[in-house]
Amino acid sequence: MAVTVSPMRDVVATPVQRAFREALYAGAIALGLFVLFIGLRTDQNISNELILVQRWGLLALVVILTAAGRFLYVAYAQPFLASLKVTDVATGLLPESLATRFFRLSYLFAAIVIAVVLLVLAGSLDELLGPDLAGYARFLRALAIIYAVASVMFYFRSFIHAHFSALGVSALALYPVIVVLTLALYTGSVAGGFQGSLKWVDNFGIQILIYVMLAWGLNIVIGLAGLLDLGYVAFYAVGAYAYALLGTHFGLSFWILLPAAGCMAAFWGVMLGFPVLRLRGDYLAIVTLAFGEIIRLVLINWREVTNGSAGVSGIPKVSFFGLMSFNVSDPNYIGKVLNIATSSAYYKIFLYYLILLLCLLTAFVTIRLRRLPVGRAWEALREDEIACRSLGINTTTTKLTAFATGAMFGGFAGSFFAARQGFVSPESFVFLESAIVLAIVVLGGMGSLGGIAVAALVMIGGTEALRELDFLKRVFGPDFTPELYRMLLFGMAMVIVMLWKPRGFVGSREPTAFLKEQKAVSGSFTKEGHG
Amino acid sequence: MNVQASQSDFILQVEHLSMKFGGLVAIGDLSFQARRGEITALIGPNGAGKTTVFNCITGFYKPTEGMITLNKRDGSTYLLERLPNHEIPARANVARTFQNIRLFSGMTLLENLLVAQHNKLMKASGYTFLGLFGFPSYRQASAESIELARHWLEKADLVDRADDPAGDLPYGAQRRLEIARAMCTGPELLCLDEPAAGLNPRESAALNELLMDIKNSTSILLIEHDMSVVMQISDHVVVLEYGRKISDGNPQSVRTDPRVIAAYLGVDDEEVETVLTEVGDEDVIEQLDTGPDSAHGPGNSASMMAGPVSDTVEHADEGERVTVSKGASKAAQVDARAASVASKPAPAAKPAAKSSTAKAPKRTAAKAPAAKADSTSKGKQAAAKPASGKRGGRK
Ligand SMILES: Nc1ncnc2c1ncn2[C@@H]1O[C@H](COP(=O)(O)OP(=O)(O)OP(=O)(O)O)[C@@H](O)[C@H]1O
Ligand SMILES: [Mg+2]
Repeated sequence: MAVTVSPMRDVVATPVQRAFREALYAGAIALGLFVLFIGLRTDQNISNELILVQRWGLLALVVILTAAGRFLYVAYAQPFLASLKVTDVATGLLPESLATRFFRLSYLFAAIVIAVVLLVLAGSLDELLGPDLAGYARFLRALAIIYAVASVMFYFRSFIHAHFSALGVSALALYPVIVVLTLALYTGSVAGGFQGSLKWVDNFGIQILIYVMLAWGLNIVIGLAGLLDLGYVAFYAVGAYAYALLGTHFGLSFWILLPAAGCMAAFWGVMLGFPVLRLRGDYLAIVTLAFGEIIRLVLINWREVTNGSAGVSGIPKVSFFGLMSFNVSDPNYIGKVLNIATSSAYYKIFLYYLILLLCLLTAFVTIRLRRLPVGRAWEALREDEIACRSLGINTTTTKLTAFATGAMFGGFAGSFFAARQGFVSPESFVFLESAIVLAIVVLGGMGSLGGIAVAALVMIGGTEALRELDFLKRVFGPDFTPELYRMLLFGMAMVIVMLWKPRGFVGSREPTAFLKEQKAVSGSFTKEGHG
Repeated sequence: MNVQASQSDFILQVEHLSMKFGGLVAIGDLSFQARRGEITALIGPNGAGKTTVFNCITGFYKPTEGMITLNKRDGSTYLLERLPNHEIPARANVARTFQNIRLFSGMTLLENLLVAQHNKLMKASGYTFLGLFGFPSYRQASAESIELARHWLEKADLVDRADDPAGDLPYGAQRRLEIARAMCTGPELLCLDEPAAGLNPRESAALNELLMDIKNSTSILLIEHDMSVVMQISDHVVVLEYGRKISDGNPQSVRTDPRVIAAYLGVDDEEVETVLTEVGDEDVIEQLDTGPDSAHGPGNSASMMAGPVSDTVEHADEGERVTVSKGASKAAQVDARAASVASKPAPAAKPAAKSSTAKAPKRTAAKAPAAKADSTSKGKQAAAKPASGKRGGRK
């Protein structure tokens, strides 16, 4: 982004002139970069021959968009951002912040009106506007709702900030209820409410919470102890397979297998930790990465036990402490016990509360551990390992406990994952999963539970929301699958957040003890650790 | 009985300690003792191997040879060179600070002091399990640890800033905090590596007070360049030069020891040169013409990581001890001169100056019998003004 023109010329050029010049540069760079990536594409024709498809139109579009983007940025966005920092001569005040300008009360009313109108018309949108426009209208509706929620949060930001945990936990606890009630009102029937809630509770709720739990587990290893573990997914896999295999072969219940899977993962954490923890920094990262891959390859190749890449299926469902089951055929099926209609939503809602409980357990243990000597030793280890040794802390066992504790929560999450899917295969435990969990931890701010939860919500919720953008198919053609762009979204979010807040959403750290008053420690003092 | 008493009189006994890094002998056959309840100062020019001695005592380096014995108050004895690094503070109760301060900068002052009480708290928390469920025994231990932390914060005059991050403190306060943190481990021997470095006179005085206070309960081993601190508070001084002990005694006897004066107390390279030029030493005049190589002088080997290792390693096979040629051991020069007074024909130089060093002192000795007295008087003047010139140049 650095402006590469000399200051001499800067003085003469107006922003528009400069923007024009820079737009040309940007366009030229984009052309050079993309001419082979986008301009040409190899493909197969009908007789299976390799052919080159030329896409000059698309290339031109991308180049023009890049140039235009640069032009707008330099000509308007930069002066605008600069003007935000200049005080008004008359009043001596800084101009309104961007956020206050963005979240105006009048805009909020407009958004609410749009959302309500479109919600009321929901049934007849297709007839009114045709399928194309209806897609856009639904998108607009979603945007309006998001905007409304965001501005309400903005107006109450200090309140939210002060009561973040309490609000967050109650929102999470009420989420399925709210979803079912809203949808029941919307469709006019309780059954419809339950049926419609499937997607919201399962795809959004459970999915996000699994990642929250994984990220909180990894946070112990990376955020607190400062050990860069790139193979975290291995422990997730160990937990999932422990549950899947023991559950299918021995028919043990979830409540026995959950701790067993956690212990198993912790055991593997220690096994990996022993030889590896004398390594530091990059070396540790590479070895843990390799460990993750080894576990996956073992799962693929040890066919007699793991059934190879076909995976393990038929994993028993979790029961409600043995009192109620979620299998329709069982005599104590929840529908029969409580005398309600059969629906698959009950199980999902139950699973939602289960993972919520597991998440809260993780949070509780993490918060508690931080205030105990082990937790403080972890953080001290991240700050300065040599000083730790000079104070008599056994750094090896301390690192091992961090590794094992993190692995244990990974194992819990894994066994939950197996119970939820009913099927596990090595495909679910690729390196990408480790990378996503790591990205969530870094984005959220290492060490901060709240920040990490928000990061998981944004990242996983965001990628799930991409699935909802089906109408884009009408624009980009039927081959367009928005989900495939989720890594792009991840990357962009990472870049933006790292520029805007290099330490993640929550960069500061809460002290674990205080004499007079609790003050957050600014991120500029904390260290990330060296592995 | 008598032997018993004198045994436990010494808290620390270092015997024949050697530490080699490749061909570089950072410490050569060093023996000294530190008495219980005293402040023992370890001084010497830059690169003399003081920090290396500390690293050997606290287990960060495994000595090549030698024995380090720690006698605790309760009569138990530990051989420190055999203990793993982290057990030295935990079991032998030896705490240390670092030359380049090592605080947990992202943690508050209080947290820093609580981390120092790790082992005690770990036991109280039942190795985490009892603590996790909030057992009252742990809560009590935790409250006690906070009290201890407050006690040391008060001593270090930092209690107002207890809840600020350690990285936010000014330099002098960071030094005091590091000492407070080391004290929170409940040590019997406290090793301080240049605690007064970079402090202004007021902070330095406050530090002296703190150390005198600590001395009542804990023996102190102190590395210091600031002679005002050393002479004021230490009971016993050990002087190192090039890893060898060149003097050992009470501050008064050390400050008048000609070897020490030549090696350390204020006789700079130039001063030695002036002394020798006055006497008309050809070798020195020759050297002055070419100009001493500043990169290789002893004054420039600052940290334990960066030292003039490369140009000393290649002489490894020549002898047990390798020193740089220019501006080399001044104590050896004094020795050689003293020897020449006794017998006019130049004797073989001390083993300390075997290699390339040997040439210069021999000639000096032969030609300048008067140099000794001269440099001694110069040294005394320099020793009288407290902080020697060397220190200012370093930091
Ligand atoms: N780890 C190491 N590897 C190689 N050489 C080392 C190492 N540590 C110290 N040395 C060398 O040992 C010698 C003594 O170093 P040391 O740091 O003990 O000196 P010092 O007396 O503490 O000096 P200063 O007053 O500058 O702190 C130096 O020449 C140094 O380069
Ligand atoms: Mg040193």
